[in-house]
Amino acid sequence: MINITINGKVFQVEEGTTIFEAAKQNNILIPHFCYMENVHQIGSCRICVVEVEGGKTLMASCVTPATEGMIVHTNSERVRDVRKVIFELMLSDHPKECLSCWRNQNCELQELGNLIQLNEFRYEGAKSKDVIDSSSPSIVRDSSKCILCRRCVTVCNEIQGVGLMNPHHRGFSTFIGPSEDELLGESVCTNCGQCVLVCPVGALKEKDSTVAVWEALYDKTKTVVVQTAPAVRAALGEVFLYEPGTLVTGKMAAALHQLGFNYVFDTNFAADLTIMEEGSEFLERVKDVLTNKDKKSVLPMITSCSPGWIKFMEHRYAGQLPHLSSCKSPHMMLGALTKSYFAEKMNIDPAKLFVVSVMPCTAKKFEITRPEMFKDGLADVDAVITTRELGRMIKDAGIDFRNLPEGEFDSPLGLSTGAADIFGTTGGVMEAALRTVYELVTGRELPGGTLHIQPLAGLNRIKTASIKIGNPLPEYSFLDGVTVKVAVTSGLRGAAELLDQIKNGTSPYHFIEIMGCPGGCISGGGQPRPVNDAIRTQRMKAIYREDEGKPVRKSHENSDVMLLYRDFLGMPLGHKSHELLHTIYTSRSKN
Amino acid sequence: MGSVYQLKRVDFIFKDEKDWKVILKNSISRPAHELINELISSELKGRGGAGFPTGLKWKLTAEENDLVKYVICNADEGEPGTFKDREILSKVPLKVLTSMAVCGHVIRSNTGYIYLRGEYFFLQKDLNKAISEFEEYCREINFDFSIRIFMGSGAYICGEETALFESMEGKRGEPRNKPPFPSSYGYMGKPTVINNVETLAHTYTIFEYGAKRFYDLGVQYSRGSKLFSVSGDTPKPGIYELELGMSLFDFVEEFGDGDTKAVQVGGASGFLVPRKRFNETTIGFQGKLTGISLPTGGSMMLFNSSRSMYNVLDNYLEFFREESCGQCTPCRVGCQQLLNGIKAVKRGDKNAQYLDKLLRLTETMQNTAKCGLGQSVANSFSAIVENFREEMIY
Ligand SMILES: Cc1cc2nc3c(=O)[nH]c(=O)nc-3n(C[C@H](O)[C@H](O)[C@H](O)COP(=O)(O)O)c2cc1C
Ligand code: SF4
Repeated sequence: MINITINGKVFQVEEGTTIFEAAKQNNILIPHFCYMENVHQIGSCRICVVEVEGGKTLMASCVTPATEGMIVHTNSERVRDVRKVIFELMLSDHPKECLSCWRNQNCELQELGNLIQLNEFRYEGAKSKDVIDSSSPSIVRDSSKCILCRRCVTVCNEIQGVGLMNPHHRGFSTFIGPSEDELLGESVCTNCGQCVLVCPVGALKEKDSTVAVWEALYDKTKTVVVQTAPAVRAALGEVFLYEPGTLVTGKMAAALHQLGFNYVFDTNFAADLTIMEEGSEFLERVKDVLTNKDKKSVLPMITSCSPGWIKFMEHRYAGQLPHLSSCKSPHMMLGALTKSYFAEKMNIDPAKLFVVSVMPCTAKKFEITRPEMFKDGLADVDAVITTRELGRMIKDAGIDFRNLPEGEFDSPLGLSTGAADIFGTTGGVMEAALRTVYELVTGRELPGGTLHIQPLAGLNRIKTASIKIGNPLPEYSFLDGVTVKVAVTSGLRGAAELLDQIKNGTSPYHFIEIMGCPGGCISGGGQPRPVNDAIRTQRMKAIYREDEGKPVRKSHENSDVMLLYRDFLGMPLGHKSHELLHTIYTSRSKN
Repeated sequence: MGSVYQLKRVDFIFKDEKDWKVILKNSISRPAHELINELISSELKGRGGAGFPTGLKWKLTAEENDLVKYVICNADEGEPGTFKDREILSKVPLKVLTSMAVCGHVIRSNTGYIYLRGEYFFLQKDLNKAISEFEEYCREINFDFSIRIFMGSGAYICGEETALFESMEGKRGEPRNKPPFPSSYGYMGKPTVINNVETLAHTYTIFEYGAKRFYDLGVQYSRGSKLFSVSGDTPKPGIYELELGMSLFDFVEEFGDGDTKAVQVGGASGFLVPRKRFNETTIGFQGKLTGISLPTGGSMMLFNSSRSMYNVLDNYLEFFREESCGQCTPCRVGCQQLLNGIKAVKRGDKNAQYLDKLLRLTETMQNTAKCGLGQSVANSFSAIVENFREEMIY
């Protein structure tokens, strides 16, 4: 422990603590901007400077370690003066069209203004950038609003390992983005939207789809169907100032009905279906590998629910594509079923159906544009809006969200089990799959009694577990004594680690779950801001609560899914399934 | 009038290097602490601008326990109007190589790099030849030290030591946060001594003649001699080795054209001294006016009365606006808005009081910019605006 004096008071802090953290631990707030806890400390904005006695210049508190006997002033005249000047400089290169900006009142620059309180703009002048890149179906980059905090650079490089967002040029012409003549839509961008999630201002945002959804809602010739992903209900409440981790499933369903959607379905239904298909695919692959060397099946099999991850793989690990499960992501399955099963059942012309997915994800906006996601010229899903966009629509419609009664999902694509709920968090798909696979193979429930596989939960980058199969049912006798090894990762850095093992032939796993965003869908690129580990944990807990509160917690016990197989699909991996629920991948590798 | 120290030319640096083998062999047979003490007692300070005591720098790095350490010679020489490092590397390269190797002996490193300014590619061939000859001798005497040239990328900011490391590591050349300092965390995160070309040439002198010969030159806090690149309105531009501690008055007597109204000491990031201050200004590290963060200190630019100081400042700001690495707000945006500001005043769009607001801005930059570049913009700005205010307005 060391002693540091801040604003006249002596505090003891751990060695290695920055001045900023030391102050925070003792309830002294230092205005800051580019800083992101545990993730991004580059000291580039300089808003958090403080006066350290004996220092020639002021010090950026977020990157300067506290040292024994240091005497710090966070509010001296000198500090407050320069803070104002720096903030004025930031604003001098910013459009200040706040009222028409989508981040209005949810903008960290505005928040800073609330703290710093300017009363004049002394340094007006040149604007450095004006490029708007809307080439991507997922993400729009408006450089005029960028204040070069570089959080997106850190996230894209260090967390996701994609390395697309970078500073270019020098001096006042410096800009952040792909290189000068590279468009997001034509780049290696995975559309994960983690950069959008950390952007403090309106420089990076999802491509808006609310206009298209409003149009469909107003179009009397259309039957508009909406579905919501598991993670949306665990975060949407934050838009309406609920504590992180508040589940708003019922209010969300009610709001969707009020917005005018004709049917409110649940992507969770398709999550259960995914488990049936993916679980069967896994068992088939294992059987091939163990008993029939002629078949070309490969292990480990990797989950395919996360379209950001898929695109990353198509760019970087095209040679390993056969490891990907052929299952479409759940909302694509549900879209395809809406336009076939549901349309047939209700006798609606599929061309008159408009399917909207509410997703925690920006990559799903790209996913629906993939040619494989069309059948006979009709898109499986017509529009994707993020959790944030749904929040905006609810506000725009004047719906009093907090006082809504609880609503429900509609039949026949609305029922789901606890296994589907946990699709929203890292480790959830694997756990859901094992609940079903283990029981299919052995006729018994997962051991332990809770249905959870604890080592697969939480925020660690790579999580692993092994399950030994003993006493299987006769048709799975080839699995007797086999220890099934699984791994789970979220965030593309971890994905690359696991894929490198596969590439080198050193992967010990049979089954791998990969989600493109750290923490999984609960902190996907389309979720409300801010996101940090504390909020991730809250949302994660909410998801597990939802699971544990369900009477049925195993996908193969979803009665509506069973009906669907009986009446329409036949059996998992059957002909109809292949046509509607499975897909193919394309190499995007340049070499 | 003037200081007691008259302008004194010195001839150490370009004195022949024929004894380099002897000096290398003798030096590396001495214990590290002895060499460090020699440097410390010479009071040599870095000639790259920051003026950090060289002996202390070597000592701190020697005290680090890492097995891998580096010696880097900073030959980025990006300051417009300076070319002293180029002269040293083309005339007496073996002095620099020898000093690098001795530094390697002191800090226990067997790897040296020369970060050579991109525009100096033409030096590469001869320099490589010298390196071959040098390394061969090292092998002969069983001394393990190799030197490689790393070609710079052409950005001025890459001369800043931590930006230089980033650049060598294949990243964008941008300054890091300090601390940690290079002595503990430098190139590849390893303890590193980084010295300017000229600094290394002086250490050779010290190893050749002993600390005292060096120490006896100059004045308190500013020992030894220094190379100056003299340019601007002068009848005799060129490179001169002069004893530190001379008064600017004497300097102008020697190099001025009789009509000098101001001298820029230390290039764009240095300090502008108007005529009325020539007398009280000495050249060296002690006076407030030099040595404090003067990148590649050594540029002396004279301006006579025909020069528009507005244009001079406009050029400097233009330079900084382009050369700022673009990382931190005060420097990236500040340089641009200063430039805008003086143009607005000149056009009459803003009144003269606006200059005071701009001075506040430079104060902020000085206090809060991440590296020496942004911090030093205030130096010439305030001197020009305060001393030549009318020229800014009319
Ligand atoms: C913007 C900037 C540019 C610099 N450029 C150079 C340069 O070109 N050459 C140099 O030797 N030092 C340069 N420096 C100083 C170095 O950071 C460093 O202090 C020096 O290389 C240390 O060597 P010394 O102790 O021998 O002076 C620069 C500093 C700054 C802030
Ligand atoms: S002061 Fe200028 S050059 Fe230095 S880090 Fe900041 S922006 Fe880059």
